[in-house]
Amino acid sequence: MVVDDWSDGELDRVFHALADPTRRDILVRTMRAGESVSSLAGHYRMSFAAVQKHVAVLERAGLVNKQRHGREQIVHGDPETLRRATTLLERYERLWTDRATRIAGILADEEGNTT
Amino acid sequence: MTVLDSTTDPATLTMTFVAEFDAAPEAVWQVWEDPRKLERWWGPPTYPATFTRHEFVEGGECRYHMTGPEGDQHHAWWRIESIGKPHTLELTDGFAGDDGEPLPGDEPVTMRVTFEPTDGGTRMTTVTHFVSTEQLEKMLEMGMQEGMRLAMGQIDAVLASAA
Repeated sequence: MVVDDWSDGELDRVFHALADPTRRDILVRTMRAGESVSSLAGHYRMSFAAVQKHVAVLERAGLVNKQRHGREQIVHGDPETLRRATTLLERYERLWTDRATRIAGILADEEGNTT
Repeated sequence: MTVLDSTTDPATLTMTFVAEFDAAPEAVWQVWEDPRKLERWWGPPTYPATFTRHEFVEGGECRYHMTGPEGDQHHAWWRIESIGKPHTLELTDGFAGDDGEPLPGDEPVTMRVTFEPTDGGTRMTTVTHFVSTEQLEKMLEMGMQEGMRLAMGQIDAVLASAA
């Protein structure tokens, strides 16, 4: 089953990785097109090493992957992992939609009884 | 009933749900306060909820279980953190063991519900905050087979629109 494929700790790594604004920004940039770590480092007021660390966190979570291209490492976002994380939260939304439908049913019943 | 908004934020593990009902806030409040009404909507139809304790006061404790199609029971609890009848309600929702009592070490979900009067109705906003991803996963595992099937359908739609 697609959405239940999470192994222990995998999901934690995904949400931990997403909890940081720099990492979310890296993800958005690399989702559109691959970008080298050095090029990414140019966008942020932090050291190359710090950006590399952020990329490593994203990579461990499976949100990006790196491909060697000559002397450079090109970072690519992995939309599949992000989609799986979002799907989990969407299932919870769905639960609430169903609850709201049942609440409306109860309220409608009551109105029927009192009028 | 109209669902106005439903927003998930994977970064903060928060889910906000806004729906409007054609009834006064007092009536919508009743579906939470009255355990017999609560049982009719809290659990999915195939996993109906039974509230065996429902102290709907500040600091009050509630105990409930959901019964699955195989007769399997899943125990959980609420603690009512604050009550501002009929406008605000805050509670924590966690898992319980077979004895019905909270599982030690389990991290509960916190939920804040607001009821605002609209023209002839009520806008109910629920903000759920998950403390951990395990909590969210367990929440979904617990009697949510139906939701899962629907989610599967949604995945197909996502994949279709991406293609």
